[in-house]
Amino acid sequence: MGGCIDALKPEIILARSSFREAREYIKKNIREYHEVEPGYRIFDVHIIGVPPLYIGVEGEHVIFPYTKPCHGTFVVKIPGGAEIARLRERK
Amino acid sequence: MSERTALLLLGCPQVPVQTSMALYLVHMLRQQGIRSVVAGTPAARRLLEVADPGRHYLGEVVGLDGVIDEITGKVRDFDLCFVFIHNDSGIAYAGTMAYISRARLYALLYGEAAEDLAGEIEFPCEVVAARAVHSPMPLKRRLDEVMQWAAASMR
Repeated sequence: MGGCIDALKPEIILARSSFREAREYIKKNIREYHEVEPGYRIFDVHIIGVPPLYIGVEGEHVIFPYTKPCHGTFVVKIPGGAEIARLRERK
Repeated sequence: MSERTALLLLGCPQVPVQTSMALYLVHMLRQQGIRSVVAGTPAARRLLEVADPGRHYLGEVVGLDGVIDEITGKVRDFDLCFVFIHNDSGIAYAGTMAYISRARLYALLYGEAAEDLAGEIEFPCEVVAARAVHSPMPLKRRLDEVMQWAAASMR
């Protein structure tokens, strides 16, 4: 994964899924989620896929789809830090 | 008039046809006066660079994240964009390019599941699909049909 994300020791919730499966997982299982545009940057990675794309917030964590060219899309959970406020400020 | 440019977005190089089709496409675009920038995974880039050590075909070669950063940041964009697709991630990258770039988008689908993947495309682009795995010829023929290289000008 991206260097910054690796350092944050992500919890992998869903592995090697499609970007649509990742979207559905976040929408169905995370109460607070925010729609972002393709290419949205969080930490040092971009959210990749076809709209709508979601990033979830659960407590102090963000939950988002991370797409690897060779291995599909992973849903990862990471301490959100300042990213949570940045998501909530978007309208 | 400014130089026309094309972005070739390469995915995982697991399917053999990607590297030769990319070099072919760079060459044919150059014949049309279009300068290509190739973006890809580290392995996809190394395959190209080793295959073209004298840089007879390749020009600028960049990472995926960097070029997406530049496009989303409005630092640069391209006239044409060709996304190489053989898995779900490829569709995801093409969908992203359709959203962030103003380039005319071509989805080049190949591999065992090319037709199935083509059915999943739900964004505006030109689909070039062939069940090509080891031999690039089926995909090359489809690309030649779509691009009509002999035409004096690009559409």
